[in-house]
Amino acid sequence: MESSHLRQQIAAMRQSFFDEEILDGQFCQLERLENRGNPNFVEEVLTMYFRDSTTLLQTVEQEIETDTIDLAKVDMMLHKFKGSSASIGANKVRNNITKTRQLLEEGNLEGAKLAFRELRMEHDNLRAKLEPYFQQLRQVGPVETATRPKGSDHA
Amino acid sequence: MVLGNDASSSSLSNKNLSVLVVDDDPLIRMLHDNYLKHFGLKPLVVENGKEAVDLFQLGTSFDLILMDKEMPIMNGVEATKALRDMGATSMIVGVTSRGSPSEMQAFMEAGLDFCFEKPLTFDMIDFILKELNVNDDDDTNN
Repeated sequence: MESSHLRQQIAAMRQSFFDEEILDGQFCQLERLENRGNPNFVEEVLTMYFRDSTTLLQTVEQEIETDTIDLAKVDMMLHKFKGSSASIGANKVRNNITKTRQLLEEGNLEGAKLAFRELRMEHDNLRAKLEPYFQQLRQVGPVETATRPKGSDHA
Repeated sequence: MVLGNDASSSSLSNKNLSVLVVDDDPLIRMLHDNYLKHFGLKPLVVENGKEAVDLFQLGTSFDLILMDKEMPIMNGVEATKALRDMGATSMIVGVTSRGSPSEMQAFMEAGLDFCFEKPLTFDMIDFILKELNVNDDDDTNN
């Protein structure tokens, strides 16, 4: 009974990620890759993602706060970050990356700095929401492959 | 497009396909590796275009190459051109975050068979494998 209640909680948490558009359907693609031989695959991927993203964001932040920004370097880093964020379904993070890059391209440095702060916030928010989710998942053990979330239109 | 049971039912026929994943991002390499394994494939994974070209020069050939565009040392455009110049007949599929039509066109012109914008999905792989099997059928019938 307790496990069932916890699973319901987990399902509700998961649905909220899609309702709030923090994650998109690409996350469901990752979940389909989990199997008996690889039951913690999604958590492993997200752990790897956050390990790299934390370092990257620190580097970008240092770069955009300097007087002589290497725009090409920052753009390349954000480009890579966009790719990995899209690959794990980090919808809002990806959108904020796009916004930041666009503002940099337009030469709007102050706008880009603001956008970057939003990006950091969305990234930290994503991590803060996923950590308890995976913690609870580990408590109940592997969940069967999830169904497509309500309202998600990205395969 | 619904993927459904097609992926698992074709996994036996996919077993003999040789696949190479070329991407400088370790997360992407891990993801693409797992996607392909889900279809019964056993990909080789390298970090940049030069490693892909080196493998070809050593005599290794692949049925399918998934090629990233932006990579250090040798990028996807350069690697694809080099492979085609050396006579590689692999199906080379670009998988890139550079999604603008002009950038994808430039990548296609290097010699790709197809080009997709990241992220890779089951539907994309299913499409690619169906194209590969169609090509195999054509070769058998000729």
